[in-house]
Amino acid sequence: MMTANEIDDILRQYPEAGRDALIPILQDVQDIQGYLSKDAVVRIGECLKLPPSKIYGVATFYNQFRFQPQGRFHIQVCRGTACHVKGSAAVLDRLQRELGVASGETTRDGIFSLEVVACIGACGLAPVISVNGEFHAKLTPDSVVDVLNEYRQKAESSAHA
Amino acid sequence: MVKLTLNDRHIEAREGELLIDAMERAGVRVPTLCHMKDLFPSGACRMCVVEIDGRRGLVPSCACPVEEGMDVKTHSSRVVRARKTIIELLLANHPDDCLYCVRNGNCQLQDLAEELGVRERRFTGGRSHHDLDVSNPAIERDPDKCILCGKCVRICEEVQGVAAIDFVGRGSRAMVGTAFDQGLNLSSCVNCGQCIMVCPTGALRERSSLKDVMEAISDPDTFVVVQHAPSISVTLGEEFGLKPGTDVVGLMTTAMRRLGFDRVFDTAFSADLTIMEEASELVHRLSTGGKLPMMTSCSPGWVKFVEQFYPDMLENISTCKSPQQMLGAVIKSYFADREGLDPKKIFSVSAMPCTAKKFEATRPEMARHGLPDVDAVLTTRELARLIRMRGLDFNDLEPSNADTPFGERTSAGKIFGATGGVMEAAIRTAYHLITGEELQDLDVKAVRGMNGVKEAAVAVGDLEVGVAVANGVGNARKLLDEIREGRDDLHFIEVMTCPGGCIAGGGQPIGTDLDKVRERMNALYKIDSEDSIRVSHENPAIKRLYEEFLGEPLGHKSHELLHTHYTKRETVM
Repeated sequence: MMTANEIDDILRQYPEAGRDALIPILQDVQDIQGYLSKDAVVRIGECLKLPPSKIYGVATFYNQFRFQPQGRFHIQVCRGTACHVKGSAAVLDRLQRELGVASGETTRDGIFSLEVVACIGACGLAPVISVNGEFHAKLTPDSVVDVLNEYRQKAESSAHA
Repeated sequence: MVKLTLNDRHIEAREGELLIDAMERAGVRVPTLCHMKDLFPSGACRMCVVEIDGRRGLVPSCACPVEEGMDVKTHSSRVVRARKTIIELLLANHPDDCLYCVRNGNCQLQDLAEELGVRERRFTGGRSHHDLDVSNPAIERDPDKCILCGKCVRICEEVQGVAAIDFVGRGSRAMVGTAFDQGLNLSSCVNCGQCIMVCPTGALRERSSLKDVMEAISDPDTFVVVQHAPSISVTLGEEFGLKPGTDVVGLMTTAMRRLGFDRVFDTAFSADLTIMEEASELVHRLSTGGKLPMMTSCSPGWVKFVEQFYPDMLENISTCKSPQQMLGAVIKSYFADREGLDPKKIFSVSAMPCTAKKFEATRPEMARHGLPDVDAVLTTRELARLIRMRGLDFNDLEPSNADTPFGERTSAGKIFGATGGVMEAAIRTAYHLITGEELQDLDVKAVRGMNGVKEAAVAVGDLEVGVAVANGVGNARKLLDEIREGRDDLHFIEVMTCPGGCIAGGGQPIGTDLDKVRERMNALYKIDSEDSIRVSHENPAIKRLYEEFLGEPLGHKSHELLHTHYTKRETVM
């Protein structure tokens, strides 16, 4: 998590900021922190004179903001048109059930986080997911579980190492 | 003046006026679920749409300024069809549980479905579901019943300046929620309940204590006492078809006895007690260089507001408990001793105009030896429900008086129910404490009325006391900011959480509007003008309480029972 000082460093880049600076500030905080923490939202609110409920309202309007730290493996599921036609809904559904989290959430063990994205520009590989930037192509609800297991093994072996 | 045609009638409107207001003055009402007078239009619900000749689509009259020569149709078949469709769409995403809803028979959505003749379900589909929020001791939220009109969000932010809730999410997933979707108990909500007063459906409601109260009454081993707040005697009658401002204190007292309460006490008595303590505290602060301006502490929403938003000013808040809590404390001490009752066997109920009082009663500092001062709080609405449930013919009851030793009040305690009342009562007694004489003219008119902030300089002997009264915590914010910035001409400030004071509290009858609030206020000042004792320090029951039990104001016993302290709170936990 970011320290109060790190948040203030970002806020200092927006001298005399008003409410119109909210979204860029939230983006900057998320870039560094990986998500928007309660502390960050409260601090930004104090600075911009905005109540936390309003900031949360704005942030939840956009898909890009998340409120839990990212997992060690961040899974982006493409829900663009080509992926949709090729069955990405079933892939997402399987992932959510397998991990027990919804989009925007992180598993309790902190290993996986899930995010739904519009199109990641790999339509030829549909349906596609990206895990920490690594693409996995032409998935089915069954093969996506194999992909998950690969990463589970990685997590486990590094835990033993 | 602007001339326009309204349903083939020529009418005149004021320049720049909103169409909906011009229509209302011309006697044409259109339905609305989101319009709030004096607030910026939101145009969210589209129920008020009208047809304007030459315009392509239907126009929401709440967000449309009048124009010269407009030709407006408010109930053409196209308009009525559109309104009906909106209601049908809202109902498609609304639970079918009207019979079980607290707002059954008192719901704007239900009324409009009836008015527009909705007789079948035209749209079906997946309904959105969100969990019930019962985390808060005062207010419950049921997002499934929410129609997203946004009135709660606007009153919380624009009027009260609290902004505990806002729209969360987008599109079909949008809902009204708190920051980080936490329970209302972890938000900056001050429990004022003004959101309940504007909610058109049952999405916001008080957390009911009726079950606890009924159980206590039916338990033969429990001694159940009830106290009633100064304001509810001039509002409860509305629940039984009486004119706003009708004083039903005698009927209410009898009704409470019939309900099975063992004693009925008047919170206006402990309002007098509060004045004794609070006026003494003010005099003490003035004479010893204590923290000024002193601020009142009887409105629990306001106290939480300061704890959250102005923790640097907590020392300014009077240490006096509120009248509800003071009476609760003396019931379980003085009264229990006097009657030979075990305080543990007493169940102390209060009937209040207020949802925040429910929260206040649960505060850990409002208890002694693990026993809460007050066990359950009912709103005016819950009290009316209880009376109806027991089948009492309210208007035919024989009036009676409250019980000793806490049944006698002065009219100074009674006017606590209106904004400015505490201030006026405190000035009357502080004047006496400082000068030893009575105020010549007991009416302190400068602190009366509906203005958001009222100020006056009151001459007390050779001292000029600067006083200010704010109603609606949003208005108090302005005053506090001035003081933070160095304003120092004020000595005493009264703040009521709700605009208008307790007569417009969040526990009052649904459908409260400005006209009704004025009638209720007039009723309280009429009682005051006709009363024989108008100053708290002349209340014989108060004098007796000090002689027999408390000793003197700010004395040892008072500190133990009647005073408390407050602490800083976070707005997001």
